Amino acid sequence: MTETQQKPIQPDPQAKMQSINLDVWFGQKQVLKSINLSVKPNTVTAIIGPSGCGKSTFIRTLNRMHELVPNAKLNGQVLLDGEDIYAKNVDPVMIRRRVGMVFQKPNPFPTMSIYDNVAAGLKLTGAKKGEDLDDIVKKSLIQASLWEEVKDDLKKPGTSISGGQQQRLCIARAVALRPEVILMDEPCSALDPIATAKIEKLVIELKQNYTVIIVTHNMQQASRVSDFTAFMYLGDLVEYGRTKDIFESPKSKLTEQYITGEFS
Amino acid sequence: MTNQKNPKFFTKKVASLGDFLFKNLAAVMAASALALLLIIGYELASGSGSVIRTFGADFFVGTQWVPNEGREIYGALPYLLGTIASSGLALLFGVPLSIGIAVFLVEMSPRALRVPISYLVELLAAVPSVIYGLWGLFVFRFILVDYIEKPLNTYFGWIPIFGGPTPIGLDLFTASVVLAIMIIPTVASVTKEVVAAVPNSIREGAYSIGATKWEVIRHWVLSYGRSGIFGAVILGLGRAVGETMAVAMLIGNAQGAAAIPTSLFAPSQTMASLIANGFLEAAPGSLQISAYIGVGLILLIMSLSINLGARVMVTKVLKVKGGAVE
Repeated sequence: MTETQQKPIQPDPQAKMQSINLDVWFGQKQVLKSINLSVKPNTVTAIIGPSGCGKSTFIRTLNRMHELVPNAKLNGQVLLDGEDIYAKNVDPVMIRRRVGMVFQKPNPFPTMSIYDNVAAGLKLTGAKKGEDLDDIVKKSLIQASLWEEVKDDLKKPGTSISGGQQQRLCIARAVALRPEVILMDEPCSALDPIATAKIEKLVIELKQNYTVIIVTHNMQQASRVSDFTAFMYLGDLVEYGRTKDIFESPKSKLTEQYITGEFS
Repeated sequence: MTNQKNPKFFTKKVASLGDFLFKNLAAVMAASALALLLIIGYELASGSGSVIRTFGADFFVGTQWVPNEGREIYGALPYLLGTIASSGLALLFGVPLSIGIAVFLVEMSPRALRVPISYLVELLAAVPSVIYGLWGLFVFRFILVDYIEKPLNTYFGWIPIFGGPTPIGLDLFTASVVLAIMIIPTVASVTKEVVAAVPNSIREGAYSIGATKWEVIRHWVLSYGRSGIFGAVILGLGRAVGETMAVAMLIGNAQGAAAIPTSLFAPSQTMASLIANGFLEAAPGSLQISAYIGVGLILLIMSLSINLGARVMVTKVLKVKGGAVE
């Protein structure tokens, strides 16, 4: 037993978010196995790996979204600015305001206007209609590079725009809450190449103000947008480092095989 | 594919005759449903002819109901108002409860409870109407009288809807509460389907911007499903409007102007209960029979249009997936 025991992982003071010995089960099935990963502020971290490797589950543990799955169980810690988001007195609602999320399929709220889609999170915190709210909505849409395209249609339903625009609306919706971290779960998988290029450009811009963690199936995308890359396989974190190093000189044989397309 | 083209098979007389018979038989059976509806409609219209000819518009807006031969007057308005009042109140009491049940089942209950509770709720629909009536008459009525009707009548009797003489429980309120219980299975099970049809991506989006469970249900789930829930409510209304036996036993059997609902705690009468309570006393071929049939015609038109509207709404909503629901 003592042989396999690792040196206890210390909190990394430089990390924006860090997972320590993170295990997750769905029912009897363990989907994450002792993940240790530390994400630096104002960077883009890509998480790659074949389907079912646990990458989506992993980023969902970073804002406690995985708790929506019945009989999900978690062991270990996730630190946000050094504080465990799974500590007893922590409200997941507060965590989700600090750690925003963009999903695989654009999911703007169909019963709300474009304006209300962006303002929805702020209204939950008690923001009143008015100039301040108008201002935040505008700034968020500008940050999501959507403002120019929708500024005359703010009253139209959030689902009335194209898929790529809907996804940028979802980014604006996340950004409006001024989160510290933005999680993106394969944000381009439902989009065409042009819309994908716009989102990728946006991801790189977003890191000036936010820490971005992006799950992707697309290795070119990971190499284009990210500063760090983590490769996961069957619930394990196989390799993690600077994107350049991962793609040019992977340490693990498995990483190399995945990157060169020997399996997917 | 060509080897299946066996000309012998297709020209077999037995096969084509069977096909022919089955196809036409099925068509006749399907048409008979429509034909039945048309026949019922025709019978009601022709049966009510003599009362409508005699009283004209007064049959629809009159408030008198005097069956004594020689000075007969028939006006259906009080019963129309009674039907609207009792089914409206039934919705008022039953709908919030039904939505609560549906939301609990879909959004909150542990999986192990969901199926048994759903069955139990739907089983409420299997209880015969007359059983609800008996239970209301001999048990529930006294509970309502002692704990709700008498206190409200005593202390708030100056408000017209609580006014009138000391309540005995055979009144609009008792009938409406029992009706509310009877529409719960319909409203709750359709609402459950509607709530379950709300895409998960909407809930996830709402949680991701820091909504609490209550906020997700209130601002997203119920708002997304609102037209479907409205359809469920209208279906419940259809049930409440046509419900006969339990109401006839509980509503107090008032006639004429006395049946116009003014107080919750006074006897009233609905169209359905009027017919059930009085039909046997009328002589065949009399004007009185025609009056009952005329009330039946109004009831049928009301009930058909409500049900049709509700079906259209519910199917429209359950078919739309992922798109905007206005």
